[in-house]
Amino acid sequence: MSIWEYANPKKFMQTSSWALPWVTGLAVLTLLTGLVWGFFFTPDDFRQGSTVKIIFIHVPSAMMAINCWAMMLVTSLVWLIRRHHVSVLAAKAAAPIGITMTLIALFTGAIWGQPMWGTWWAWDPRLTSFLILFLFYLGYIALWEAVDDPDTAADLTSVLCLVGSVFALLSRYAVLFWNQGLHQGASLSLDKEEHVADQFAHPLWLTMAGFVLLFVTLVLLRTRTEIRARRLRALEARERMA
Amino acid sequence: MLALLLRDLRLATRAGGGFGLSLAFFLIVTVLVPFGVGPEGGTLARIAPGILWVGALLSCLLSLDRIFALDREDGSLDLLATAPIPLEGVVAIKGLAHWLTTGLPLTLAAPVLGVLLNLPQSGFLWLTLSLLFGTPALSVIGTFGAALTVGLKRGGLLLSLLVLPLYIPTLIFGAEAAKRGAEGLATATPLLMLAGITAGTVAILPFAAAAAIRVNLR
Amino acid sequence: MVELGKYAGTVLGAYGVTIALLLGLVWMTLRQGAKMRRRLEEQERRMGRNG
Repeated sequence: MSIWEYANPKKFMQTSSWALPWVTGLAVLTLLTGLVWGFFFTPDDFRQGSTVKIIFIHVPSAMMAINCWAMMLVTSLVWLIRRHHVSVLAAKAAAPIGITMTLIALFTGAIWGQPMWGTWWAWDPRLTSFLILFLFYLGYIALWEAVDDPDTAADLTSVLCLVGSVFALLSRYAVLFWNQGLHQGASLSLDKEEHVADQFAHPLWLTMAGFVLLFVTLVLLRTRTEIRARRLRALEARERMA
Repeated sequence: MLALLLRDLRLATRAGGGFGLSLAFFLIVTVLVPFGVGPEGGTLARIAPGILWVGALLSCLLSLDRIFALDREDGSLDLLATAPIPLEGVVAIKGLAHWLTTGLPLTLAAPVLGVLLNLPQSGFLWLTLSLLFGTPALSVIGTFGAALTVGLKRGGLLLSLLVLPLYIPTLIFGAEAAKRGAEGLATATPLLMLAGITAGTVAILPFAAAAAIRVNLR
Repeated sequence: MVELGKYAGTVLGAYGVTIALLLGLVWMTLRQGAKMRRRLEEQERRMGRNG
């Protein structure tokens, strides 16, 4: 049993339809528990007051915004190297989720920044990087929409994803060079010194797991839709030929 | 390859080739800025390097869709793809031709327009140098974007959407070098980074662009 | 109800925006999925009938 068996659309549809209810249930459970815990049962921070509760959506969505692009990069590579359709369709399916996560991170950040930094927006490296990431998602989705032939679109978007990844990283460091920021460092790192306190970290881990599971659920659902769309297209083409 | 370069240069400089258009656009953008921000010299001097960089970048963007579109229409792109020189080489030559007809004139025009924006004396050299180092990257990245969208009917707008985010690192280092130069600070770091980006894109992106063209010609 | 203090609007706003965006995404996903499933079934039925 190798992982490549799931590249067969039929096998993927079977497995995903079996897995979906479990993943969905788990996602809802983790997300709800994490958010309720974070929203109702955490104390206020002595400096940030109740705004600290925003961390439970801000950090997971920011994490997923980046991980989603990473996942698209991997699946695009798999498509370019091994020509598995399911792989590139998963990348296509993931892009709108990624852009939503980026938006959530940006919006919650702006709302949080207003009382904390006294401004909705600052050209801080982290904020700027996310805005740039948003633009990359936009371009990627727009290219998918613009190209008619699905295989051509798959190839072009995959190449764009590869090149875009390099430039996104480059922009990240260019932006760091360009401006020093207001944003704090990593919220969760192994270095205990800058770590958030445990009472915030535990529900945060839960919501992060919840966001990951939600992402998996949505990717599965959307990939299934894309596979169906591809099959519908093939059937229609066959009907026209007949 | 030289023949291809000369052919592209002739096509671009001929009437209707759009050669002067990006220069005119650059001029207009620069003239519009003082109307937008006011004629006060200090403000203009402060924003001049950035404005000139953004203006050059937008003017460069304007002519990108011509790189492959005309060749695609009359079928010469198919011939080039089957020609004995590798497609990567063709793409590199196309990028070079675009730079010679767009990037280089913009670089030469920028100091003149700098006068209009009250650019400080010390800034002229660094502005020109930074554009000289940076515009090749703009051309090569643009060639990649043009290769991605060559098969599309109305690819112009999409092309801008795809290319502009890719321009960000070049713009940051280029404008930073010009700005530091104008303020009399050390410019070595951003200039070196800029040159690095240019060298990297020139080395790598022709391969990605050639791959995209092969997909589009399939 | 949890006490949010003077930042109530901020916190509720952030959660509200998040929930709205996520629900929008989920709704879009489900709607597109249902639509595609319906169209595919219809197409398969039609082709099955016509040979």
